[in-house]
Amino acid sequence: MLSFCVHFPGLTESVIAAACSRVGQNVLHLDRRNYYAGNWASFTFNGLLSWIEEYKVIILSFSLRYKFMGTYVKFIDETKAPLTSCQPVNAETVSEETTGDSTEAQDTVTGDDTTASDAKTQNEEHKVSEPKEEQHTSDISEPSQSQEEKDPQPISSPADPPVDVEKKITYQKLVKEGRRFNIDLVSKLMYSRGALVDLLIKSNVSRYAEFKNIGRILTCRNGKVKQVPCSRADVFASKQLTVVEKRMLMKFLTFCLDFEQHPEEYQDYTEEPFREFLKNKKLTENLQDFVLHSIAMVTQQTLTEEGLKATQHFLRCLGRYGNTPFLFPLYGLGEIPQCFCRMCAVFGGIYCLRHSVQCLVVDKASNKVKAVIDTRGQKISCSHFVVEDSYIRDEQRQSTISLVTIPPLESSAPAVRMVELCSSSMTCMPGTYLVHFTCSSSGTAQEDLAPVVSELFHVSTIPGEEPSEGAEERSKPAVLWVMYFNMRDTSALDSSSYSLPSNVHVCTGPDGSLGSDCSIKLAESVFHHILPDEEFCPPAPNPEDIIYDGDGPQAEGPGFDESANTEADKSQAEEEGATHEKSPSTESSDPAEMDSVTQQAPSDTTPSSEE
Amino acid sequence: QHGRLKIKSTAQQEEEKRKEREKKLKAFVSARDAVLKKRSAGEHDEEALQLTQQLLSSNPDFATLWNYRREVLLHLETLREKDEVQKLYESELHFIEACLKVNPKSYGCWHHRSWVNTRLPQPDWTRELGLCDRCLSLDERNFHCWDYRRVVVKESGVSAEQELQFTDRLIGSNFSNYSSWHYRSTLLPQLHPQPVPDSAPNTSPSPTTSPQFHSHRVCEEQLLKEYELAHNAFFTDPNDQSAWFYYRWLLGRAEREEMISCVYVSREGQRVSVAFSKPVHAQSEGLMLVLDGQPQQVEWRSAHPRFRHSPVWLCDLPPGSISDISNEHNLTIHWTEKHTHRDCALYTGERSAESWCRDSATDQELFRSELSVEKSSVLQAELQSCNQLLDLEPQNKWCLLTIILLMRALDPLGHEKETLAHFQTLKEVDPMRSSYYSDLCSKFLIENTILKMEYAEVRVFSLSNKNLTTLCHLDQLLFVTHINLSSNQLLRLPPQFAMLQCLEVLEADDNAIESLEGLYHLPKLEEVSLRNNQICKLSDLESLASCTKLTRLDLRGNPVHRTANIESELSQLLPLVTDLLL
Repeated sequence: MLSFCVHFPGLTESVIAAACSRVGQNVLHLDRRNYYAGNWASFTFNGLLSWIEEYKVIILSFSLRYKFMGTYVKFIDETKAPLTSCQPVNAETVSEETTGDSTEAQDTVTGDDTTASDAKTQNEEHKVSEPKEEQHTSDISEPSQSQEEKDPQPISSPADPPVDVEKKITYQKLVKEGRRFNIDLVSKLMYSRGALVDLLIKSNVSRYAEFKNIGRILTCRNGKVKQVPCSRADVFASKQLTVVEKRMLMKFLTFCLDFEQHPEEYQDYTEEPFREFLKNKKLTENLQDFVLHSIAMVTQQTLTEEGLKATQHFLRCLGRYGNTPFLFPLYGLGEIPQCFCRMCAVFGGIYCLRHSVQCLVVDKASNKVKAVIDTRGQKISCSHFVVEDSYIRDEQRQSTISLVTIPPLESSAPAVRMVELCSSSMTCMPGTYLVHFTCSSSGTAQEDLAPVVSELFHVSTIPGEEPSEGAEERSKPAVLWVMYFNMRDTSALDSSSYSLPSNVHVCTGPDGSLGSDCSIKLAESVFHHILPDEEFCPPAPNPEDIIYDGDGPQAEGPGFDESANTEADKSQAEEEGATHEKSPSTESSDPAEMDSVTQQAPSDTTPSSEE
Repeated sequence: QHGRLKIKSTAQQEEEKRKEREKKLKAFVSARDAVLKKRSAGEHDEEALQLTQQLLSSNPDFATLWNYRREVLLHLETLREKDEVQKLYESELHFIEACLKVNPKSYGCWHHRSWVNTRLPQPDWTRELGLCDRCLSLDERNFHCWDYRRVVVKESGVSAEQELQFTDRLIGSNFSNYSSWHYRSTLLPQLHPQPVPDSAPNTSPSPTTSPQFHSHRVCEEQLLKEYELAHNAFFTDPNDQSAWFYYRWLLGRAEREEMISCVYVSREGQRVSVAFSKPVHAQSEGLMLVLDGQPQQVEWRSAHPRFRHSPVWLCDLPPGSISDISNEHNLTIHWTEKHTHRDCALYTGERSAESWCRDSATDQELFRSELSVEKSSVLQAELQSCNQLLDLEPQNKWCLLTIILLMRALDPLGHEKETLAHFQTLKEVDPMRSSYYSDLCSKFLIENTILKMEYAEVRVFSLSNKNLTTLCHLDQLLFVTHINLSSNQLLRLPPQFAMLQCLEVLEADDNAIESLEGLYHLPKLEEVSLRNNQICKLSDLESLASCTKLTRLDLRGNPVHRTANIESELSQLLPLVTDLLL
């Protein structure tokens, strides 16, 4: 009898699964897909192309959509269940109404693998077509379409001269080197004192991954990219601020660190936008922009207190692992859910990819799921069922090197967040950069983002055109490949609105914020709901504390240092964050634990990526 | 269940760890004993290296073991070829590196590393520099590493320019770093020295107090850049003192030239007083007195027996040598050590009871030396910057203090009022140091009063009701005949007071004076008023007995009047005082 069945694991589901497994629950992880982490996944370039292909199918075969979706979660009447080994005894069919509800839920859920359902109609075609065009164009392809939120696109850094001027990077090259890319579907960074980092440390999951500091935080003002002075060292070194501005900024930031202690400073502004408060604090316009867009990362409309809190959170994260408040996992954000999957597996969790649940067997009396029936008709008993709300995605994750916040060009437009990942973050091939643009959408992704993209990058209008004309264009880095898509942010949805059996736990997909606190908090609350008496992710034991069958006394460690063990523990915890650029030897240190975890293998699906 | 992970309980883990610790301790102790035994047996072999290595890698602070290791290495060195020696020491460096990971602040490790490099046939300084940089990037304030780095830089001939860039980098990542700032202050004069003034050769014989050429100064262009750097630091974080200290260094601190600042002769007392720009030890400095061409054997004594070094030295001339007022005398003081001298002529006639020779009041030199080196235009600009900061941070003590110093350097009298106001603020915002500020303020007030006195060309020094807490610059008051220090917060008349060789009248009412140590052998002192002070004991007045001209003494309002038989005791102690008020 399983305790848990987790379906379509994203970050939240993976954390719940790991937490449950860690405290001795039996967890089965099912995923229809052949890769981990759902909307949190990272793809190689080729994997991404296949992913696009997959969605192209969905989009084109619009009429098939429901059918396709149906494979996800469908509530069936037990009596009708054609599948083997259902236990008809007490279970009753979910009522019709419920089914209706669930169908709606499914609608939203449908977006799973791809984008939000709205987005499908327009975007998918674009998605499909772009890569094809680009196969011919070598350097630069057009940003064809866009949807709302973000687009992963490898380009060269805005700060450096275009790499490809000398060595052309062709589309074929991208495909050939596709394995060097780890393109995240969502672009997020890890706040170094955010819930995710704390959890990684607390649970010892951090040992499964390596991290890199975000090197700099930039903003774009009047078409110029500037460094945002956010730490003491930055402010000191900044050449663009006058000394008086430096003082004003430092004074303001110092105040924000413990603003709760000085309510008199802001209480008149609690109903006013943060921006007004900043003006009142006599910050110059320059500084207001820095604080609003790049430090607090809030909107013009955000109220003062929320802005202060956001600023405070940013500041509290500074200095823990460097001069910026962010970390990024090497090999992409998709590593994080995988790390939790791994811990889950270490404690006995079972993983099945390309395997999904066809129906739930519900006990009507208790309104509880008793079992699930998989697509092969096998019935699996379980006491809880955790599922993502249907893969409404919006993601964020970030990479090393630079975070650029771009204030809206027009006041009505949303602020755009750009994360530029360098190749040392192990997310793209040397000589290229992977750049994510994310914003909360007001139109399609292309409408929202294309102006910003063309502001910062050279995008040729004719496929294959060289950025030869115009010195200005030349100075901009060239776009090699671009993709726009929208993802739905469901983080605000209340799962109770689904009227599901009480032991079905619905998790939302990635939210639109820069950090992952929302997902982690959700995971924790689901966990406590399921297992109110258990600790959430206690530290995983060190390998030497694990008892193997027939394990004798532990071998002696070398050296005499009494504190060797505890020291090592500490330094490990430290290193997890402080690692700047370690070589990618993640897995080697933990031999016995990998049995049930398979590596994500999206490249398998792309025949073109043989090399 | 199959495949489930079993984990040891906490107690199990504890027990295991305890056992492990015990085992380690045992191993450590036995290895230590073995090593010490080998050492006393004078064995210098490979085994010794291995054993010490084992011990040191768990405890790199065991100095004896490092010493033993050096002995062994020196011995092995004699037995091996050069190539092998190189290898031997290179592996030693690797070993030390491992030890530094255990304790990056181990004295023993760093010292041993320096030593190994001196023995290494071909030291690789680039590598060492890299090691230092790595260490400093982990802890930019590891002074062991800073020290070692200095050695490496010197040996490897890294250019000062590169080193300056190195400090740029460290300061950029965290400017709260005295080591980096200080390093800058040593590099800048090498890289951007102040240009040598053309007139330099001509100025040396001049006895005036012209500013010396300062080899530790930096050219103006670079200096302006450095000011900007310091501004950036203290505008970013005005409470960080490291940048302020650097800034103070940038603003410059002149040292007064060593010279004889004044010679005073009293015909009546047949006494010569010599004042120097700095405290000196006259007996050992080759001081020679020539009277009318004849070297005189005189006994130099400092103004108060408490001082071995003093800015004022006294001597008695042979009896009768200058007592005749009809004779003119020429006196020369030679300071042979410094190749300098000063003349003083004693003329005839009624008004020639005394004579002196000194520089006119170029007191800018005397008192502004703290920041006097910079041009006033530069100082003025710096004052503006600091005032700008003060507008933003009216409570910042570093800013206030720096402004006070700048004001003093620019125009001490013109800024007196503002200075006093800033001192008041300083005492409020930094009450823990209020006594320091009071003393500093007293010092500045005394300087200002001396300046005013000089400009007025009077011999009266009046500084009453100014909250003085301390007395200083008394060597500047050599000629003063009247002093009024009433209504201050003085606790004593310090031994330096004995330098006031011309003092006739002292008023110090309404203070809290307990000690009169400085009223010592003041040959002209006639009148002392000490009403309402804290003189408690008769013994406190003993020094007055050495002032042979004292006739008038006012001690009203002092606890001492409660002493039994005070009047008779006093008349016994001070028989010459005819006018005693108790």
